[in-house]
Amino acid sequence: MTAIETPPRDAATDRWSSGVIPYAQMGYWQPDYVPKDTDVLCAFRITPQEGVPPEEAAAAVAGESSTATWTVVWTDRLTAHEHYQAKAYSVEPVAGTPGQYIALIAYALDLFEEGSIANLTSSIIGNVFGFKALRALRLEDMRIPLHYVNTFQGPPHGIVMEREYLNKYGRPLLGATTKPKLGLSARNYGRVVYEALRGGLDFTKDDENINSQPFMRWRDRYLSSMEAVNKAMAETGEIKGHYLNVTAGDMEAMYERAEFAKEIGSVVIMLDLTVGFTAMTSMSKWARRNGVLLHLHRAGHGTYTRQKTHGVSFRVIAKWCRLLGVDHIHAGTVVGKLEGDPNMVQGYYDTLRKGFVERDLMHGIYFDQDWGSMPGVMPVASGGIHAGQTHQLLHYLGEDVILQFGGGTIGHPMGVAAGATANRTAVELIVQARNEGRDFFTEGPEILRAAGRWCAPLRAALDVWGDISFNYESTDTPDVATTATPA
Amino acid sequence: MLVTQGTFSYLPPLTDAQVKAQVQYALDNDWAMSVEFTDDPHPRNFLWDMWGLPMFDMRDPAAILLEVQRCRDAYPARYVRVNAYDRRLGRQTTALSFIVQRPKNETGFRLERQEGPDRQVRYTLHPYALDRGAGERYER
Repeated sequence: MTAIETPPRDAATDRWSSGVIPYAQMGYWQPDYVPKDTDVLCAFRITPQEGVPPEEAAAAVAGESSTATWTVVWTDRLTAHEHYQAKAYSVEPVAGTPGQYIALIAYALDLFEEGSIANLTSSIIGNVFGFKALRALRLEDMRIPLHYVNTFQGPPHGIVMEREYLNKYGRPLLGATTKPKLGLSARNYGRVVYEALRGGLDFTKDDENINSQPFMRWRDRYLSSMEAVNKAMAETGEIKGHYLNVTAGDMEAMYERAEFAKEIGSVVIMLDLTVGFTAMTSMSKWARRNGVLLHLHRAGHGTYTRQKTHGVSFRVIAKWCRLLGVDHIHAGTVVGKLEGDPNMVQGYYDTLRKGFVERDLMHGIYFDQDWGSMPGVMPVASGGIHAGQTHQLLHYLGEDVILQFGGGTIGHPMGVAAGATANRTAVELIVQARNEGRDFFTEGPEILRAAGRWCAPLRAALDVWGDISFNYESTDTPDVATTATPA
Repeated sequence: MLVTQGTFSYLPPLTDAQVKAQVQYALDNDWAMSVEFTDDPHPRNFLWDMWGLPMFDMRDPAAILLEVQRCRDAYPARYVRVNAYDRRLGRQTTALSFIVQRPKNETGFRLERQEGPDRQVRYTLHPYALDRGAGERYER
């Protein structure tokens, strides 16, 4: 049964009669509602079932994600229900895609517990995503009012503090994920970390699925990685770090690993998104308390962010992660091997880095978002990128970003350190060219090629990977225009 | 060894014309330039000595280059760097920082390991230069 098939009744007299009435008649559809500055706003992409009017579908989403249940309950009358009801206030068809609508819904601030992403998401993406009257539902964007933003800690350190802590300015930071992902012993692992860092990278990284397996237990990995980090620091005179993944099966184990990482002098730890919002929030507070940077790998997000009609957009995940507080988060490369339309990726990066993000449908941003003074999160570009794309990466992603060349460092024909040197040299070259006012996007390949004359590692990298690109059409693109992912 | 701190340490040493181009970029962004020097290149030593105050009102890259040269002449055996500072709300930090002079012989760092229980090691980075007195740490 659905609410929709029930014949309409006179709302004034029957609103409180027992039984089922449309959500729209219960007050969840209010086209004249003017959102308050303190409201949480959501943009949902709704695909109603055949025969369900879009306004009713939007009202149902508003109802099911706030106060409603499927039938009239008299106990609503014990509350100021008009205040607690979410209000769908706009429904617009999506141009060019029949059956899809963008519904805007406003939620009173009182519906949400301060500083709790778990509470926010239990409402907004709770039961409603399984609701039968909808074929599909996607949370496209949210406006978090500054009143609510300020109840969250935010990034433990943020972009500015991270740069001051690391003493690195004016260029993207560089990283690499240790490969192979699984199977290296602690000693072999330390070798890869050391070579990559001494060759010129700022960071190396545990892979998301490196936790504490039989081939390498966490404590052994931490110790060998820190030997590598410190030795590379001595050889370069630079601060280096290795993201020690503290992801574990329970919070107590995560705290134990994080404490050990801190004790042995690591500047950074990492977490996987799979641990959940509350665990991430706890580790964020730990990271602030202990002066350790917190890196987040978005493991698993593709299961709910990628398809355009159902799930949660990554820009919303990015927003939640900035609120609960991480210092780094993987956010797409545009040019690499993983999903990422350039416009969408721009929206994610703006959401993570800017103090105020303006509504921009081309970038998938449905609402103005004021972050107040909450620090920015350093986005991480990782997955199938190499030195030959550096000009594109700087063009699309800017300077406050960590470029992670995993295969593009470790697979270098002259060795891991040479791979790192190629990447670092390429980044410095392109930044220099940009600052000199050159058209680095167009001249990039030529600038890199020319430097290959004095930098053999860069020359070799360009010879091996110069032509590699992942040129597939993106799944998640703006409604206002479609663009292919550039090579 | 080569201390690779700063934005451009993996490039060949910048010529004065190249330094000037970077300074121009910084001034175009409304950043304030400053010059600093040190003979303690420990990566956690962010407090290099200031060659005067940041030049908040100086808009002429040639004048800034002149200060760079004066600092180099005064301290030929030390590291010299040029910084650009962004005072904008939300930044209020260094935007660009690159080395424009190095000592002839960069002596590097000793990695000291203090072995503890449970295979733990406490690491300390010690610049060899610090074994010599201030002002005598690097060759002229």
